Amino acid sequence: MKVAITSTGNNLESKLDLRFGRCGYFIIYDTETKGMEFIPNPNKDATEGAGPASVQLVASKGAKKVVSGEFGFKVKSIFDSLQIQLIVLKDNEKKISDIIELLNHENLN
Amino acid sequence: MFTIFVLNICSLFMSPRPSRLRKISNPPVISGFRPYGNKNIKGKVEAVFLHFEEYEALRLCDYEMLNHHQASVLMNVSRPTLTRIYARARQKIAEALVKGSQISIEGGKIYFDSEWFLCSSCGCYFNNPEKQVEIKECPLCKSTSFSVYAENNNNEEEEEEEEEEEEEEEE
Repeated sequence: MKVAITSTGNNLESKLDLRFGRCGYFIIYDTETKGMEFIPNPNKDATEGAGPASVQLVASKGAKKVVSGEFGFKVKSIFDSLQIQLIVLKDNEKKISDIIELLNHENLN
Repeated sequence: MFTIFVLNICSLFMSPRPSRLRKISNPPVISGFRPYGNKNIKGKVEAVFLHFEEYEALRLCDYEMLNHHQASVLMNVSRPTLTRIYARARQKIAEALVKGSQISIEGGKIYFDSEWFLCSSCGCYFNNPEKQVEIKECPLCKSTSFSVYAENNNNEEEEEEEEEEEEEEEE
């Protein structure tokens, strides 16, 4: 399953971007093949409609989950109709590698 | 005698029971439909306002192919109510098709189903996009210790919807 993560930079040590629509990079991580793809966000400096445009980008990559710090109300309803799960992490100190580690974590119980 | 008296008092001073809020699982991706090629119609045709709840009923019954009982459970209303909402939806759409009017999807006594969960081991919030499937573990850290998180935005959305409805009534 593919997971999209919003990131401030283009390496594993960069931190989670708390904004969804105007984040620096999208990381598409495949939990099965462990492969990842860094996509610079083309809507970073958009004045309007960055959220919905970013949703299109994420959905076209086939992500089923999205990890970010915050989602706007426009974005939320689109994700709902696309049946993509939203994960909100209000922790801007988390590194991308930490999140990927969490995703790879086997069941703790 | 007393019951009749009480009933009379009730009918004088009490308004009827307010209708239940309908739950919308998947909001529409567009806000309406516009007809094209209306050569024979002169002047402006009034738009048909399809409520969110009617859209949802139509989606559940005709797109997801559920029966009225299943759909009513998903929308959190009784089966007869769902049937009434559904009948109204069909009637409105038929009216729009026949008269060639625009359909705009808005209003209605609804709330969006945005059930959020809070994971206690990694501290993340997550939602459940597939309402029919129950969540068993946190999608991020796979732990099973999560709780339902009551979101305040839910009420805001309800209020927004109510405001919209009021505006419609004023018009």
